[in-house]
Amino acid sequence: MSTPEQEAVGRTATMSDAMVEAVAHEMRADEEVFYMGEDVADYGGIFDSTTGLLDEFGRDRVMDVPISETAYLGAAVGAAQAGMRPIAELMFVDFFGVAMDQIYNQMAKNTYMSGGSFSVPMVLTTAVGGTYNDAAQHSQTLYGTFAHLPGMKVVAPSTAYDAKGLMHNAIRDDDPVVYMFHKRLMGIGWLPAPDGPKTPVPKEDYTIPFGKADVKREGDDVTVVTLGLHVHRALEAAEMLADEGIETEVIDLRTLKPLDRETVLESVRKTGRLVVVDEDYRSYGVTGEIISSVAEADLDSLEAVERVAVPDVPIPYSRPMEDAVIPGTDDVAEAVRSVGE
Amino acid sequence: MSTLERDPDDGMVQVIDEEGGVVGDVPDLSEDEFVAMYRHMKLARHFDERAVSLQRQGRMGTYPPLSGQEGAQVGSAMALAEDDWMVPSYREHGAAMVRGLPLKETLLYWMGDERGSHIPEDANIFTPAVPIASQIPHATGMAWADKLKHDGETDRAFICYFGDGATSEGDFHEGLNFAGVFDTPNVFFCNNNQWAISVPRERQTASETLAQKAVAYGFEGVQIDGMDPLAVYKATAEALEKAKNPDEGERRPTLIEAVQYRFGAHTTADDPSVYREDDEVEQWKAKDPIPRLERFLRGQGVLDDDRVAEVEESVREEVADAIDAAESTVRPDPESMFEHVFAEQTPEIRRQAEEFAQLRERHGDEAFVEE
Repeated sequence: MSTPEQEAVGRTATMSDAMVEAVAHEMRADEEVFYMGEDVADYGGIFDSTTGLLDEFGRDRVMDVPISETAYLGAAVGAAQAGMRPIAELMFVDFFGVAMDQIYNQMAKNTYMSGGSFSVPMVLTTAVGGTYNDAAQHSQTLYGTFAHLPGMKVVAPSTAYDAKGLMHNAIRDDDPVVYMFHKRLMGIGWLPAPDGPKTPVPKEDYTIPFGKADVKREGDDVTVVTLGLHVHRALEAAEMLADEGIETEVIDLRTLKPLDRETVLESVRKTGRLVVVDEDYRSYGVTGEIISSVAEADLDSLEAVERVAVPDVPIPYSRPMEDAVIPGTDDVAEAVRSVGE
Repeated sequence: MSTLERDPDDGMVQVIDEEGGVVGDVPDLSEDEFVAMYRHMKLARHFDERAVSLQRQGRMGTYPPLSGQEGAQVGSAMALAEDDWMVPSYREHGAAMVRGLPLKETLLYWMGDERGSHIPEDANIFTPAVPIASQIPHATGMAWADKLKHDGETDRAFICYFGDGATSEGDFHEGLNFAGVFDTPNVFFCNNNQWAISVPRERQTASETLAQKAVAYGFEGVQIDGMDPLAVYKATAEALEKAKNPDEGERRPTLIEAVQYRFGAHTTADDPSVYREDDEVEQWKAKDPIPRLERFLRGQGVLDDDRVAEVEESVREEVADAIDAAESTVRPDPESMFEHVFAEQTPEIRRQAEEFAQLRERHGDEAFVEE
C-alpha cells in the first residue's frame, strides 16, 4: 500500500489522524484558517474529523454552529471572500440538499460571478459512503454530483498519506475544495477500516497536487480505476486475481476535479482492458466519465470495458441488501475476469 | 432614545412627511451632503428611466427598475463609512452608484457583459446576488470574518440588502439567526417594496411587520418610512454605529424594514398591470421620495430652481456619457467565459477552452449565433 519512502517514515497514522494533523498544521501556520461545523468542537466530529482541535485552538477557531447548513456554508463563503480560509464541515454529504444553493450556485460560482474580483478559498469537508447500514439518506458518496458542477475542486482520499497531503493542498488552494472523506476509512472504533488506509505518514507537512492519480498497484493485464474505499476493495481483488495469474493495475483517482485522465489513458493503452469501480450510482457518474474519456481520446486502445457501481436505487438499510448493491471485492474480481476473457 | 429602540406599535420612523415637512429629528448633514443626496436620487431615477428605455429598444437585457426606491437606496448608502461593506441584491444599483460603482459597469452588467460583474477595488461592494436571499449568509460570514480577524473587535459594518420576498427564504432565517448567535456587525436592510413580482407583501408572511422578525433572532428590528431618505439615513447610521460600537449588553445586528414601493415592474420581463391596480400605484407615487426631499430642501433654502436645473442637466449628461461608454465597449472574446471559473485555471478548463477555440476556428463564429 505504501511506497518505500513512506515506509521510511517509521510511524503510521489513521486517515483521521492524518487529516487532523494537516488541519492543525495549517491552523498553526495561518491565523485565517478556522474550522466550523456541527459537533466539531467538543465532540471532535462524529467521524473523528476534528479530534483534539478544540483543545489546541479554542472555541474561536473550532466552532460548533447552529444546525443551519445554509447559514454556515453561506457564512464560510462570505468569510472566504473576506480573506479567511474557512473549513466548513457538512456532517454527511447526503445533507447537501438543504444547502445546495449555497454550495453550487454561491461557493462554486462567486469567483466567476464577480469577474474574478473575489475568490472563495474554502474547504468543504464531508463524510461519504455506506457499508454500515445507515440507510438511503446517510450512505451516499455523491462523487458524481459534486464533480459534475463547475467551479469547485473535488478530492476523495483513500489512505492516510494521501489524506494529509490532499488536505494541506486543499487549505492552501485559492478555490473552493470539496474534501470527501469516506467514513469507513477514518479508523473509527465502531466502524473498522480495512487494513490499507492506515499508512506511514510523515510528521512534517507536504502536499499532493490535485489532478494527479496514483497507481496503487501495477499490472499489465487489466486496469481498474476507482477511488475512496473501493481502492482497497480493488487491491484485495487484485491480490486474489494474482493467484489466478491475472495482473491488475489499480489506479486511485484521488481527485475527481481536476481529473487525471492521462494516467488512466496511459494504463489502458498498456492493458487494453478497463474496469471502473465506483461507490456512487451507476448512471451519469464517475464510471461513465472515465470510460467516455478513454473512448474519446483513444477508442482503439479499448478492447474490453466494464463498470461496477451502485445500481440506480436508494441504498437499502437492510444489511444483506446494502451488501448486494455496494460493490464488493468479489464483484470487482468478477468484472476483471470478465474483461480478461 | 435611539431610533432603533422605537416601539413598533408607534408606527414607522419618519423625519419628513409626504409634503417635505419636518416631523422628526433631521440628521446632521452639511448643505453639500444634502445636495449630494438629492443629486444621487435624481441620478438614480434618470438612469432608471433611460435603462428601461434601452431595454425596450433592444439595447439592453432584462433590467430590474428601481424608481420609487431611491430614498431607501441613497439614504442608506450615504450612511456607510468608507470602510463599510455593501452586499446587494440585483436592484441596488442606486446604492452602488453612491459607493462609486461607475454607471457604465452597471450598464455592462445588464447588457450581459460579464466584465460588468467586476467591482472596482475599494468600492467595498460585493457582486449583486440575483437568486433571492442567497447573499444574506454571505454578508453574515463577511462580517463574522472581520470580527474573527480583529479579535472580536471590528471597525467596519456590513450592510446587506434584500426585498420583502427574501424574508420568506430559509437563507434569511438562517443568516439572521447565525448573525444573532455570533453577534456579527451586520445591518440587514429589507427593501419592502410591497411586491415579490406578483405576490403582495401580505401573502409573504402573516407577521404584522417584517421588522418584528428580528425579535426571534435576539436583536433589534425597526420599521422605517423607506421613501423618506432622511429617516433611512438616520436609522441606517444608528444601526451601523451599533454594529461597530455596541453599548454594554447590546447586540450588534439590526434588521431595518424600509417600507416603500416600486413604481415599475419587478423586471422588464413582467407587466405589473396584470397583478396590481393603478390606484394603488398612484397612492404610493404621492410619497415619491424625490419631490419630497426637494420640497424639504427648498424649504431649507438649500435648493432653488437654478440648482435643481443644474442637477438635472448634469445628471442627464452623466447618464448619456455612461450609455455611450457602455455601448462603445468592445464585446468580450467568447473564450473569456473560461476565465474566472477558478481563481487559477485548471488544466482541464484550459483544455476545454482550447477545444472551444478549435470549434470556432473550424466552423466560424456565425455557426454559433445563427438563429
